Amino acid sequence: MTQAELRLCSLLLQEHFGEIVEKVGNSLLRTGPRPLRLLVGDTGLLPDQVKKALCVLIQHNLVRYEVQPRGSVEYEARSERILRILRYPRYIYTAKTLYGDPGELLVEELLLHGHLPMSCAVARVADRLTETMEDGKTMDYTEVSGTFVRLADTHFIQRCPMVPESPRSAKAPPPPAPTLAIAEKDMYVVPRLSLVGKGKRRHSCDEEEEGKHKAKRQKQEGGSSETPLDDGIYWQVNLERFHQHFRDQALVSAVASRMDQTSSEVVRTMLRMSEVTTASGAPHTQPLSSNEIFRSLPAGYNIGKQVLDQYLALLADDPLEFVGKSGDSGGGTYTVSILWGGTRTCRAPPSPFPHPSLIPLLLHRFGSRCARIFRLLLRKKHLEQKQVEDFAMIPAKEAKDMLYRMLSENLVSLQEIPKTPDHAPSRTFYLYTVNVMAAARMLLHRCYKSVANLMERRQHEMRENKRLLEKSQRVEAILASMQATGAEAAQLHEVEEMITGPERQQLETLKRNVNKIDASENQVDETIFVLESFIESTTKRP
Amino acid sequence: MAGRGRGRGRGQMTFNVEAVGIGKGDALPPPTLQPSPLFPALERRAAPLPGGEEGEYMLALKQELRRAMRGLPYFVKPGAPRRDIERYSDKYQLSSPVDSAIDWNPDWRRLPRELKIRVRRLRKGRTAPLFAKQHVALDKEETIKKLESLEKKEEEVTSEEEEEKEEEEEGKEEEEEEYDEEEHEEETDYVLSYFDNGESFGPDSDDNGDEAVY
Repeated sequence: MTQAELRLCSLLLQEHFGEIVEKVGNSLLRTGPRPLRLLVGDTGLLPDQVKKALCVLIQHNLVRYEVQPRGSVEYEARSERILRILRYPRYIYTAKTLYGDPGELLVEELLLHGHLPMSCAVARVADRLTETMEDGKTMDYTEVSGTFVRLADTHFIQRCPMVPESPRSAKAPPPPAPTLAIAEKDMYVVPRLSLVGKGKRRHSCDEEEEGKHKAKRQKQEGGSSETPLDDGIYWQVNLERFHQHFRDQALVSAVASRMDQTSSEVVRTMLRMSEVTTASGAPHTQPLSSNEIFRSLPAGYNIGKQVLDQYLALLADDPLEFVGKSGDSGGGTYTVSILWGGTRTCRAPPSPFPHPSLIPLLLHRFGSRCARIFRLLLRKKHLEQKQVEDFAMIPAKEAKDMLYRMLSENLVSLQEIPKTPDHAPSRTFYLYTVNVMAAARMLLHRCYKSVANLMERRQHEMRENKRLLEKSQRVEAILASMQATGAEAAQLHEVEEMITGPERQQLETLKRNVNKIDASENQVDETIFVLESFIESTTKRP
Repeated sequence: MAGRGRGRGRGQMTFNVEAVGIGKGDALPPPTLQPSPLFPALERRAAPLPGGEEGEYMLALKQELRRAMRGLPYFVKPGAPRRDIERYSDKYQLSSPVDSAIDWNPDWRRLPRELKIRVRRLRKGRTAPLFAKQHVALDKEETIKKLESLEKKEEEVTSEEEEEKEEEEEGKEEEEEEYDEEEHEEETDYVLSYFDNGESFGPDSDDNGDEAVY
């Protein structure tokens, strides 16, 4: 946990869950797993506040707990999960592109609430969709639950680990915390519920629901079991699957930019066929025969079988090795190499695919010539100063300058190769090289720092203009109420005049700045995703 | 021998600088004597942000999410600070965030037992539990529940909590303070929001209270 990560986690928790949760999260992140009473002492908050904060964090899977052998329960914060909060808009947008509005709202509800039972999620989404529909129309539960089942089938949502069912004898005291577990095969099984109903408009529905739940619970006391049918079965968003999807998207677009649209379609088909059969850490997909690929191509592409074979051969021969040929049965079996890094080291490893696309983009800050030098060093691994100048075709002085700048930023490093045992400087080679992993980590650290800075700046901007924002909100509320009660245009105009011209401009500027900062945060998060995936996949490789 | 060579000649380094490319007589940049500036000047403009429909939609989503999360019960606000003197109007104030209430219903079976919050009453200053009234109050509560259609959140949670307390073993040490607020709130005929505790009237609360009042 670097300082930058800690700071970013703090800011995210504070922005989305408030100060109290931020303090508790901070304490857990900085000092590691600890039991409740130490947390209370550390943060200086009231015990009830700390308990509430922990409930919220556990609900959202940001903190996990473990029963220690001594009987106390220790809580541990999951920093990588906290950082995912940045990516929520991307998950929701992806769900929208894949499954439309019900899918989008389902994923949004699950992300907002951490985990929900299916009946609850479907009801909420139906209500929200009904709100947006015209008067008189309602959204039926069946459509929403259909989308839910599709999401579960493609593994985008999964079941949460469940409370163990085993009945305990009355004598044995119940454990201080339940050990939640779930079998792999049960994770995507949707319970057989027949959810009938329609969405309701907002005003009374929430209260009625609450009332109904209360009524149910009271009846429970009375002895009759009126619990909802999927009691105890909670669903959460499967972030790994979304990451897999993003990675597939990046692969397809890389193929498209390197070759043409059709080959990218072929790769996309292959990836789609192996969506659920590929384990998350696998270096490549299951082998697919070209007959299967031909059958699964989308309807719009009428390419013949031979053409498909030619494309597959082309892809397999490509030095970047997106697709590998793994056998000849069924017209040739092919796999897609989804590892971010290089391939098996027995063959001469070509340059791994994200680097040519990503890091020179980041070197935009230094200039395109620096990017050229960097790419050169990536390709050739070790080069002397003179060789760099020659290969990059850049005059010596400029090349020197750029190399030193990159060296000072730790993007390139010097490797000494002594000719003599005494390492005399005049008889040693000094080679420039790029340490890819170190550079990637450094860039990732920078990304975290930039997002944290962006968030702080945005909060600063909002704080500075707080008075103005509140005033504009009040005016809008007045306008809305006046319009609802039917006021004349002159009165509305008068109310609008309450915000003067310069103030309006100030508001405009503020809005523009905040939008820009938000968009930048989204952009940096994309970079963070690529870098994190790369680092994760390369460290896993044996 | 140790001191020799130090300070002699500009920029002496342990390795042969020619190999790295610094030729003899080349002007090296002056030594930096201060930490790098906080906001270094940008040499070239940053690339424009990707716009387009996707970017705009995600931007709107992001701001929407932020706004929505503030309104959810998961956004834990600190409880209202205790006032110095207990005032009569306190029991008629609309509910402010309470430290010891949890606004949503987690599935307590999935959480460690120690995290369960016993909801305390919002009776500021009232500490002694009134055990005698417990049974009477509970009976009353059953009937009250059936009569009231719109319940406030605290009341719901607390009534739930009390039923759960019925089920649990009696060995719990935590005191159960009585929930009289419900009774009191029903006994009045006044609409709560009309109650003005009169604090804002009078010279005490004004800033210019030291001016003479004519």
